Amino acid sequence: MFASVRKWLDARFDWAALTAPLRKKTVPVHKLSHWYFLGGITLFLFGIQVCTGILLLLYYRPSSNEAFESVQYIMTRVQFGWLVRSIHSWAANLMIFTAFCHMFSVLFLRAYRKPRELTWVSGMILLFLAMGFGFSGYLLPWNTLAFFATKVGTDIAGQVPLIGKPLMIFLRGGEEVTGATLTRFFGFHVAVLPGITTLLILVHLALIQRLGMSVPPGVEAQRTAQPELSREMHFFPNFLLRELMAWYIALGVLGALAALSPWGLGTKADPFASAPAGIRPEWYFMFMFQTLKLIPAKIWRLDGEVIGILLFGAAGAIWTLLPFLERNGKGRSQRWILGAGIFALAYMASMTVYGYLAK
Amino acid sequence: MDTSRNKYAMRLLWSLLAALLLGSVARAQTPNSCLDCHSALDPPYKVTGEQFSQDIHAQKGLTCASCHGGDPSKDDQDAMSKQAGFRGKIARKDVPALCGRCHSDGAYMRQYNPSLRTDQFAQYLTSVHGKLRAKGDEKVAVCTDCHGVHDLRPANDTRSKVHPLNIAQTCARCHADAVYMKGYSIPTDQFAGYSASVHHEALTVRGDLSAPTCTTCHGNHGAAPPGVSTVQNVCSTCHVFQAQLFESSPHKAAFESASLPGCVTCHSNHRIAHPTDAMLGTGAQSICTNCHTEGDAGYQAATQIAQQLDRLDTSVKGANEILDRAESAGMEVSDAQLEQDQARDSLTKSRVAIHSANPARVQQDVDAGLQIATKTHQEGASALKERDYRRKGLAWSLLAIVAVVIGLRLYVRQIERRPS
Amino acid sequence: MENTAVPEVGPTRRRVVELFLGSSMFASLVSFVYPLLRYLVPPPVADLGGDEVIAAKVGDLKLNAAKIFRFGNRPGLLLRIGEGEYRAFSATCTHLSCTVQYRTDLHEIWCACHNGMYDLNGRNVSGPPPRPLEKYQVHVRGEDLVVSRKREA
Repeated sequence: MFASVRKWLDARFDWAALTAPLRKKTVPVHKLSHWYFLGGITLFLFGIQVCTGILLLLYYRPSSNEAFESVQYIMTRVQFGWLVRSIHSWAANLMIFTAFCHMFSVLFLRAYRKPRELTWVSGMILLFLAMGFGFSGYLLPWNTLAFFATKVGTDIAGQVPLIGKPLMIFLRGGEEVTGATLTRFFGFHVAVLPGITTLLILVHLALIQRLGMSVPPGVEAQRTAQPELSREMHFFPNFLLRELMAWYIALGVLGALAALSPWGLGTKADPFASAPAGIRPEWYFMFMFQTLKLIPAKIWRLDGEVIGILLFGAAGAIWTLLPFLERNGKGRSQRWILGAGIFALAYMASMTVYGYLAK
Repeated sequence: MDTSRNKYAMRLLWSLLAALLLGSVARAQTPNSCLDCHSALDPPYKVTGEQFSQDIHAQKGLTCASCHGGDPSKDDQDAMSKQAGFRGKIARKDVPALCGRCHSDGAYMRQYNPSLRTDQFAQYLTSVHGKLRAKGDEKVAVCTDCHGVHDLRPANDTRSKVHPLNIAQTCARCHADAVYMKGYSIPTDQFAGYSASVHHEALTVRGDLSAPTCTTCHGNHGAAPPGVSTVQNVCSTCHVFQAQLFESSPHKAAFESASLPGCVTCHSNHRIAHPTDAMLGTGAQSICTNCHTEGDAGYQAATQIAQQLDRLDTSVKGANEILDRAESAGMEVSDAQLEQDQARDSLTKSRVAIHSANPARVQQDVDAGLQIATKTHQEGASALKERDYRRKGLAWSLLAIVAVVIGLRLYVRQIERRPS
Repeated sequence: MENTAVPEVGPTRRRVVELFLGSSMFASLVSFVYPLLRYLVPPPVADLGGDEVIAAKVGDLKLNAAKIFRFGNRPGLLLRIGEGEYRAFSATCTHLSCTVQYRTDLHEIWCACHNGMYDLNGRNVSGPPPRPLEKYQVHVRGEDLVVSRKREA
């Protein structure tokens, strides 16, 4: 049956020629090949997010009067609604986690270097977008914790010099976090961000398709030394089938998490209540949150928080432009970037742990 | 002696100089030479303008002279002369009458606060404090002991010594002081008892300003103990049902004949703890067994009532537990939780009903509660069944996923074995 | 590709692996699609209300009568005290959280647990309740009596 469908398509669209690059595409096989799966897993989780997100849209109502109740309704009245919502929440967190892993693996395997600078840049922007998804989606159930986390988060955005205040008002849709903020965040979460993200993912994938898979420099050296030992694997079907295995495993983990530890809902946000103890952002913002908490209020006549925010902004920008900072073949700049990567990973991990223990 | 007097004179001189310089501005508005000196003097002569400006009397336009006489527009000893009507320090025994001059005058008080009562002085004369004072006791409380002086605030000000939250402390200043209370034949542990009571908790922890403090039961200006025969009238102003049931219970006549003080017999007076079910029945903490002994009808009723409450309590707790378990497993049980409130209501009602000392009366409320608790328990159980169903579903789909992974592994190995 | 000559596996074994993979994939797909289809079926109750709930229909309540309705996770009390005059309160007593009721004989709201009394404005007038009952707004919308929480934001 497949054969006849293919023949039909072939006769009309030259299907064989269209899919030829895909069939010709190969993936290098070496001891570090496993890291190639991370991007695919992240992509798969994004797909899960799109699917479950569309399902949630069937019942969700984006207004401060009804948001909480509609999520409660999904969780309690809609058949398997608890599953869909829990998978959406868990997959969101897993996606950010795998995206971070992907970013660090690319960094340490030095896959960002020429000619893949733009792949790295597009990937970094995708990572920021994923965090934007997380931040905007966190508010949508309109529960107490999310409400105050959003208040704090947008407050921090408001500290940025010059553009901070207008930025905060743009994000909040007013001076305060209100129903207007919810409407905005909903718009960002289901329309603006998905649109941009999908486009960038296509760019990211096209770049990978065009440039092929990067081989880590160490492995590359071995392969040039002993070409008879260098192996390649067909992307289709060999690599894709393996990727499919990874996806299935991810799906199993997701299902288990969602069923055994359903994502809680908390209590409905009350804009006039005082902030509860232990407000914390999502874990992937924790390292920044904790750092800003630790910075002294004043550093030499300057506001400590503003300095922290500017530092994080600068670090994010430098990180995005990292490939351009590495001079070709210079050992020193390579080691510098490796050191920065290790430092960043250690810093983020320890600050996150500290943030959770410090409560 | 001489040096201290010199010091005093020097200080007076300096303060006068300072007052002349600084006061010349203030004097232009309201001449008040009293504060010029007294704000600089040492206690007990010290009264600052800041302090007195907090006083409700000052805010209503009264001055030092309103109570102490004298002429604040004159300086120094001229202001405090007999001719100016200076009364000096008001003796303790004269304080109530002095305050009463205005506060018992309805026509006068109406200009300031028409709704303020004017019977405080009359009431005071009927209080234990007032009666002892009439006999010449100088130690008993007069107006200023409770209300303060010179920075006297109205009772609805939280800083007032007679604000509901502060009254117990104010009374305790004397009544909890064993040394001060020596010579009076009353205990000094009321404050300690009250501080451990459910009323104190309601007032301070739950912030319920209508919860009783000392004056709620004893009266304020007419403060006196309620007395054995009338104590239940006092309690029943809030605890209406308990009093009604008690009135119709066999305890009513029995307590009267044994001259036991109603409510206080079981609940004590100041140290009124949160009542527990263990106070019923015949266990170690039972109060019933203070009077009832094995074999009498009351002993039997006590046993029965304790069992009834225990049964409902266990049943409600069991339903609670299973619903909580279901909820924390992510199950929807909010309808059952709502119903569970009714079961808890019944438990609360049965705990009131025990004041009838009649097992048949208690049973009515217990039965209603048991019925609801059984139903909610069932709902909790079926929610847990649903959770197991979910887990089973998860197990099946995980099984399928594992099978796919294994299948893929085998398939990949197979196609890679085939020579290309 | 591996160059070492591996003997080709038998066609039966190949069939078995393909069959196993196919059927397990089918089973897993069923386990995904089944919840999905169930999810798409709209539940019988359209929503959980929120800050607004239809407490009753016009005509449900006789004059000087009351009704307990569900408002979020707590009970509410709807009163009809005049021809077209409705009032709604939280039905949770502010003393020990019992559910209050309307006393048609007294024209007051009454808590059966400790004889707490509230007047028709929800004010605690006698007995142990420390605070008034929370008051809700009632609107007549077509045939529905809609009760809502006061909102400022």
